[in-house]
Amino acid sequence: MTPPTRPETHLTAGAERDRLPFRTVELAEAEPMRLDSGATFGPFRMAYESYGTLNEANSNAILVCHALTGDQFLCDPPAEISSRSGWWTTMVGPGKPLNTERYFVISCNVLGGCMGTTGPSDVDPATGHAWGPSFPVITIRDMVRAQALLLDALGIDELFCVTGGSMGGMQVLEWMVCYPERVFSAVPIATSATHSAQNIAFNEVGRQAIMADPEWHGGDYARHGTRPVRGLAVARMAAHITYLSETALHRKFGRALQDRSAPTFGFDADFQVESYLRHQGATFTDRFDANSYLYITRAMDYFDLPAEHGGSLVEAFRKVSARICVFSFTSDWLYPTSENREIVRALNGVAANVSFAEIETDKGHDAFLLDEPKFLRTLAGFLQGAARHRGLS
Amino acid sequence: MTPGTPVAGGATIRVDLQLIADMVAPGARVLDLGCGEGALLEYLVTEKDVDGRGVELSQAGVNACVSRGLSVIQGDVDFDLGDYPDNSFDYVILSQTLPAARHPRELLLELLRIGNCVIVSFPNMGYWRSRLYLLWYGCMPVTGALPSLWWETSNIHLCSIRDFLNLCGDLGIAIERALTVNNRGQVSRFRGVGRIANLMGEQGVFLLGRS
Repeated sequence: MTPPTRPETHLTAGAERDRLPFRTVELAEAEPMRLDSGATFGPFRMAYESYGTLNEANSNAILVCHALTGDQFLCDPPAEISSRSGWWTTMVGPGKPLNTERYFVISCNVLGGCMGTTGPSDVDPATGHAWGPSFPVITIRDMVRAQALLLDALGIDELFCVTGGSMGGMQVLEWMVCYPERVFSAVPIATSATHSAQNIAFNEVGRQAIMADPEWHGGDYARHGTRPVRGLAVARMAAHITYLSETALHRKFGRALQDRSAPTFGFDADFQVESYLRHQGATFTDRFDANSYLYITRAMDYFDLPAEHGGSLVEAFRKVSARICVFSFTSDWLYPTSENREIVRALNGVAANVSFAEIETDKGHDAFLLDEPKFLRTLAGFLQGAARHRGLS
Repeated sequence: MTPGTPVAGGATIRVDLQLIADMVAPGARVLDLGCGEGALLEYLVTEKDVDGRGVELSQAGVNACVSRGLSVIQGDVDFDLGDYPDNSFDYVILSQTLPAARHPRELLLELLRIGNCVIVSFPNMGYWRSRLYLLWYGCMPVTGALPSLWWETSNIHLCSIRDFLNLCGDLGIAIERALTVNNRGQVSRFRGVGRIANLMGEQGVFLLGRS
């Protein structure tokens, strides 16, 4: 086994965002990567972060896969990149369930993303312009293939664990299926093996909002020196509702009015919930690229693990050897318990080593990002059990 | 709760669970149905090095098990066993859960499909104290093994050891071992498949196989 190499941080050219000091590595340099669409792609750049220390045996690495609008910053990013806090600070850090004193935690921005990994807002070397709508359509499996190349570059043969929620959970499932020999344990969270018609429908609403924005220019907005921020904001607003629950929305806002004592009989944001959503939409456009949103939601829509294996999820899992723990949340109506249970049932069909915990919460799909003590405690217990079997404790 | 006995390695479990654990060969593949908070499963994994899985109805029980590092899913033994392939386990354990099953007959057949051996324990309605209780008070027996009143128990198919053996006979199930536990939670000297075991055993513990 080769010793782990830590690729140098590159300062990358291009848009202003790309001058920021993301830690990146060039992948698929020797030969381009084959995509599910049939196209080949590469070389490309992948931005990643790591927390903790890789042990001598290279056996304590955990890969965290992010969701649709997530990124590689599990913990707080450097101030020059963003003032936002990391998206999984409840889970990752010293003494946390993904304990960085024990584990080497890696997270990378997905292929097609906009936080340093090559995506549609980057420059196509063949044309000298942003890829825009000529960026190849990618799939969840393509994202995972790219992550496997990153692990190769880091000198990590086997992951102690791969985990992630929502779209991150889809990547976890692909990891279990595509690279069974490289996954010791896996924790798919609030996810599905098949993107449902309802979820495709929600994604389509978001895409149509972006494409209906005149500033979208058929995806070529970079050449026009503009961005479809209004469409992207509406897409985010619609999606954000699906991440919450009716109970959580009611508890947080009810029908409370925003800075006023009576309705204005107009279309200002009279209600706090309107003001909240507008704020969510506006701040999102500061950090996310509209074309990335189109490409990544498309990848989610195409995700259908049984279809990749003759229509049988059990067949898909035939070679799975990892210890697995599936999590769902009672009030999650985007990736409901029933869809997570389908994963568990198919894993039982191959007598896989699977656990399944449904966490009672009223916080909806977003619960996996929040401080849910039962969730954190159960996941930590699963990882400790897996670590004992891996000889890490 | 019946008293526990200390065992080698320091772990302590209830006697009826200990009897079950003693029937399991080290390193086996084990499925514990109705595993509760995982006391037996944890014992089997740590002391007998089994590849252990559990199914538990209550989510609180499941979460407790997973927190302890055990592989357990939330599920109902009446509905959720169909996914498992034939012979997926060396032992399938049904501890104190049979009387709560909706279809005990079908369940027993299902257990012997997915497991090479099945270990079943249940409270014995043929136990002399239960018989006397019903005869004397005219009420459903409340004993150490059956502590709940009739309206609060989750048991819907109570049976005696004789009832159970008759069913096994009808289904062609082989009785490999037959033990009983007395009202002090100790292994009873009355064992086997005869009338005395049915009279003197407060609980029955059986190792079943395909005949």
